[in-house]
Amino acid sequence: MATVTPHAAPVYPYRRSADQDGGVARRKVVVVGAGPVGLTAALGLSRHGIPAVVIDDDDTVSVGSRAICYAKRTLEIWDRLGTASPLMAKGVTWNIGKVFFGRDPVFAFDLLPERGHQFPAFINLQQYYLEEALVDAAARSAGVELRWRNRLTGIAPARDGARLTIDTPEGPYELDADWVIACDGARSATRRLLGLDFKGKVFEDRFLIADVKMRAAFPSERWFWFEPPFHDGGSALLHKQADDVWRIDLQLGWDADPELEKKPERVVPRLRAMLGPDARFDLEWVSVYTFQCRRLDRFRHGRVIFAGDAAHQVSPFGARGANSGVQDVDNLTWKLAMVSAGTAPDTLLDSYDSERVEAADENILNSTRATDFITPKGAASRLFRDATLALARSAPFARRLVNSGRLSVPAVHRGSPLSTPDRDAFGPSPAPGTVAADAPVVRDGAAGWLLSALGGQFVALIFADGPVTGAAAAALRSLAHAPAPVRVVFVAPRSVVAPDGAALCIDADGLAAQRYDARPGTVYLVRPDQIVAARWRSFDIAAVVAALARAAGR
Amino acid sequence: MTAKLRSDPAFADPDAFYQLLIEAHDGLNEQQSAMVNAKLILIFANHIGDLDVIREALAAAKAGV
Ligand SMILES: Cc1cc2nc3c(=O)[nH]c(=O)nc-3n(C[C@H](O)[C@H](O)[C@H](O)COP(=O)(O)OP(=O)(O)OC[C@H]3O[C@@H](n4cnc5c(N)ncnc54)[C@H](O)[C@@H]3O)c2cc1C
Repeated sequence: MATVTPHAAPVYPYRRSADQDGGVARRKVVVVGAGPVGLTAALGLSRHGIPAVVIDDDDTVSVGSRAICYAKRTLEIWDRLGTASPLMAKGVTWNIGKVFFGRDPVFAFDLLPERGHQFPAFINLQQYYLEEALVDAAARSAGVELRWRNRLTGIAPARDGARLTIDTPEGPYELDADWVIACDGARSATRRLLGLDFKGKVFEDRFLIADVKMRAAFPSERWFWFEPPFHDGGSALLHKQADDVWRIDLQLGWDADPELEKKPERVVPRLRAMLGPDARFDLEWVSVYTFQCRRLDRFRHGRVIFAGDAAHQVSPFGARGANSGVQDVDNLTWKLAMVSAGTAPDTLLDSYDSERVEAADENILNSTRATDFITPKGAASRLFRDATLALARSAPFARRLVNSGRLSVPAVHRGSPLSTPDRDAFGPSPAPGTVAADAPVVRDGAAGWLLSALGGQFVALIFADGPVTGAAAAALRSLAHAPAPVRVVFVAPRSVVAPDGAALCIDADGLAAQRYDARPGTVYLVRPDQIVAARWRSFDIAAVVAALARAAGR
Repeated sequence: MTAKLRSDPAFADPDAFYQLLIEAHDGLNEQQSAMVNAKLILIFANHIGDLDVIREALAAAKAGV
């Protein structure tokens, strides 16, 4: 009889900290939860020179079937934090999704139809491998201290921080923090201890999720079936992960018995029907899930700031959970660094709240729409779903209505208080509030990428076709000494003389200029999280300084 | 908001339209009729292609129900 053989996870031992030795120690930032989001927060803070203590109630990585798909934007963030390469090496790259109705393909999409990007639309990788890589990176990072088997059991917020009560195998201790970042997941203890509501909706459906080890010839694409011939009545999803492990989701319906459906003797025949009678596979993990979409009203509660699943939860159709959580903390860490250094007002952190609530609403909207299509909530919605699928066989418009999940893309913060509205006209290109676009460039004689050249601080990205000298060069040099220092990055079709201290990116293919709809003289001001703050057709130091002040919350 | 949805008579031969609509359901059972209607709504909606018009039409259809 088949059994379930889980992945052998690392164990991170509990170690006593000097903070447990009496007296209440004070730390700048305590991150609650060493999941993907908490670990990324700590890595980000470290890059901004802010030390962080990360506490986690467990001593290992994520167990079981959880996130597998990480989006281009998330990979770009991890690359900036120095941890994308092990993920790329281990993960399975994909760009193509296919949707089937019955036996027939009805719709295919390419999530990255153009060349010239460092990262693919997605990689698939088991969440335990992701967390292992992030733990390794955190352990190597200056100022990050990981404390395993440290469980948050109490929190008393104050004007200048919070006092935490933390339980350990050796008993509890108290710790003061100037700032707390709550990344303790969907069942967040921080949220519960503060008595905060987590409102939203539960979808009345159950999904069998199996991670199966097998050698199979399916391509590295996302395949989704509505009413497949092999699974009566429900939908199915197939995805390739690392180490020949495949993720299979089968929709079971609300009436399914989760305990019964998890039993290998129930699971194996379902998988045989899908994979064929001769398929040889082993079960790595099986679970039955119900999905929900909900969020906190506000993500910022004074000095306690929520991120990731602790702040918002979505159904997995669209891979918007971990991806949005990583994007939360990328939005947060630079703001927290500036506020705690006194170079920006405290209200800068309110823009974390407004921007990431906006992003969460967008993710919840997309995820709710997909789940409503996959799990129609009544007879009328089922009828329209089936009619859409039937039409999709022949009518191109109906293919666009088929929704098996709209996959994670970064939110656009159209009305962000940090953005300076456009004064000049631009064609299709990243408007203020949008993540800056990547493009292949040559730096110091080597092939590289524009987003890596931008790095993680404020950048004035200047498109030029000749040397920059005189007053403009002097003005640019002054930006390095602004309260929020600005790095200057030139993009030019060929080598030009750039002022001292400025980086030069050669845009030989013209892709950067094209993606930014840039002409010589075009300037983009980019935030440390690589979101465009402002842009102009010509360089005007006063405008740049004003936009910079606004982007820093002043 | 000015109405975009047309509610003045549009057909030169309204009886002919009505006959077409009814005849399309000849010989269909309830379930088949429902499916034809659902497909028809989707096809019309795409042809209209204007959410403002569709919102008004939905409100008009729901009035009194
Ligand atoms: C079936 C499934 C598929 C998914 N697929 C995807 C996908 O493809 N892509 C994607 O982006 N997302 C996906 N997700 C969502 C993704 O798994 C979550 O969004 C992600 O794990 C959230 O990360 P987090 O760090 O916020 O929380 P978690 O990963 O839940 O981490 C929270 C951490 O806090 C710790 N903790 C909890 N309580 C305490 C306490 N009191 N004290 C100290 N520590 C505590 C926990 O031990 C844990 O380590 C999927 C989820 C499911 C269930």
